[in-house]
Amino acid sequence: MIEESRMAPVSNVSLERRAWNIRRKALLMGEVQGQGYIGQALGIADVLAASYFHAMDYRPADPEWEGRDRFLLSIGHYAIALYAVLMEAGILPEEELETYGMDDSRMPMSGMASYTPGMEITGGSLGHGLGIAVGMAMGLKRKNNNAFVYNLMSDGELGEGSTWEAAMSASHHKLGNLICLVDFNDQQADGKSTEMLSAEPVVPKFEAFGWHAQRVNGNDLAAVVAAFDAARAVTDDRPRVIVFDTTMCKGVPFLEQRDITHFVRVEADEWSKALNVLEEGKPA
Amino acid sequence: MTHDSHARRYEQRKVTPKENRVATSAMIASLAAEGYDTEPAPFGHALVELAKTREDIVGLSADLAKYTDLHIFANAYPDRFYQMGMAEQVLVSAAAGLAREGFTPFATTYAVFASRRAYDFIAMAIAEENLPVKIVCALPGLTTGYGPSHQATEDLAIFRGLPNMTIVDPCDAVDIRQMVPVLADHKGPVYSRLLRGKVPSVLTRYKPDYQFQLGRAQLIREGKDVLMVTSGFMTMRALDAAERLSKDGVDVAVLHNPTIKPLDRATILAEAGRGGRLVVTAENHTIVGGLGEAVATTLLTNGVTPTFRMIGLPDEFLEAGALPTLHDMYGISVDGIVRQIKGWI
Ligand SMILES: Cc1ncc(C[n+]2csc(CCOP(=O)(O)OP(=O)(O)O)c2C)c(N)n1
Ligand SMILES: [Mg+2]
Repeated sequence: MIEESRMAPVSNVSLERRAWNIRRKALLMGEVQGQGYIGQALGIADVLAASYFHAMDYRPADPEWEGRDRFLLSIGHYAIALYAVLMEAGILPEEELETYGMDDSRMPMSGMASYTPGMEITGGSLGHGLGIAVGMAMGLKRKNNNAFVYNLMSDGELGEGSTWEAAMSASHHKLGNLICLVDFNDQQADGKSTEMLSAEPVVPKFEAFGWHAQRVNGNDLAAVVAAFDAARAVTDDRPRVIVFDTTMCKGVPFLEQRDITHFVRVEADEWSKALNVLEEGKPA
Repeated sequence: MTHDSHARRYEQRKVTPKENRVATSAMIASLAAEGYDTEPAPFGHALVELAKTREDIVGLSADLAKYTDLHIFANAYPDRFYQMGMAEQVLVSAAAGLAREGFTPFATTYAVFASRRAYDFIAMAIAEENLPVKIVCALPGLTTGYGPSHQATEDLAIFRGLPNMTIVDPCDAVDIRQMVPVLADHKGPVYSRLLRGKVPSVLTRYKPDYQFQLGRAQLIREGKDVLMVTSGFMTMRALDAAERLSKDGVDVAVLHNPTIKPLDRATILAEAGRGGRLVVTAENHTIVGGLGEAVATTLLTNGVTPTFRMIGLPDEFLEAGALPTLHDMYGISVDGIVRQIKGWI
């Protein structure tokens, strides 16, 4: 069992259980709408659990607390996953889960800052997060604020030129307070990332751009936690990136084995089936 | 020190009570039009047809082939299709390069990403050189409830300002199918909006001999009280609104104007000048810089001054939500058109 070890521990719930709770909440939201980017949410749940219950410092009741670590969701379509962790962290009230994606909900399908407490930026037009993270990291340094900026992006976003402008900028400006998280699920809208516009080899690319770079299995919680620790422990002022190889639909085997696409279709009766399957693997 | 431009705006949001909630249709693939037949992927199929006789046609997409119906072409001609990945700037720059080497590229993405992300590359690499690149874009205006990141509410305004650019806003499957060879024959660059998936067939129901003509507006319905000048799917909505208004004794003509630039000034002036009708433009676009302002300028600079009103999206970033809710909220649904016209006459 990997214990929670934030600066201010708030519970004795295991990280495995946090990740499981995130998956469960995402499935419940998907069930509300009968659709949603559930493949991505299940795939990234472990990374989000480690972010919010191991690495980051924040105050649930005050999502704009000046000392918080900033978490930017560049990939707006992963909002369902972030809502799940924001609820798990107590930043977003759990009662709102059943409004997911509805008119007048604070949880629209794509993440937007003006809708949701804890959603730092409006993502969705892909390739924006890393550039904004560069500016926020500069701003925090100017203010002598020790918070980190985390930017969660996708392998698809590695295709955008803006990503590499920001990457070059981050090392040039010595932004050691910037940690970029890349979900490498080898999936994009039209097919497999590596077959469309391959960003490989990713780690040497970031290293050549002046970054401290790691690559781990994003569904191996111990490896994910170790990577966060290593990224935060770097003593020089290089920006840090962790590339996470993840499996879409992780945790629900019958969905994992499906012909995976960008927008995984789940039939009306399969949501409860998925929740039941998940229940069987419930950690302590 | 924090910014307060939208800080805590989320606190002002009211959550709808349970009984009134509507499931969103943010992810819809096809625009619904009640009571009309649909055609599957008219753009993709028309391009495949054209490519049979035109060796110079190539297709490119930036990770949105499936979402712009270009996958039909990609499947039929895999070696004439380039998957550029999610990289809209090189998508259009490479299209410019292919055009320089004598090919006629059709490049597809969503309207927001062509008009916002790729604009400079379109302006300099394509438009300034007057190259025959055809940029065809899904999700025009308000056709997704996904929020501002995917709502191309100002694409026409952006491209109207660009010299050499021809701009098309087709209404339906008929327009889309027929425009493909016409756009390919046109010598310069084109930006066209696109409806994808199951696309309604509308125009031939009202005008069986309808034929898309680049640069021409066509009267689809006669009427003596109101003249509507419309483009894109607002022509469908206007035709439905006209039916409804006729039951209340209001006779509405619909002039469908799929070419936003160059504008068919002669036809618009002739129709608007024809006796005492209220002139109303209707567009799936912000009221800033689109069809409405283009028509207004044409009328005013030619001394034709009927009573004039505009239907279009407000100058705002729009909400997320179910598309029918949003179309009603912003006045571009059939109900919205009927309501506004009744208020004006
Ligand atoms: C700039 C931009 N171009 C295109 C899109 C349309 N789009 C939405 S998700 C997506 C796939 C991007 O790849 P990735 O984020 O890796 O997809 P996933 O892993 O979620 O399948 C695309 C092309 C977009 N949102 N933004
Ligand atoms: Mg991906």
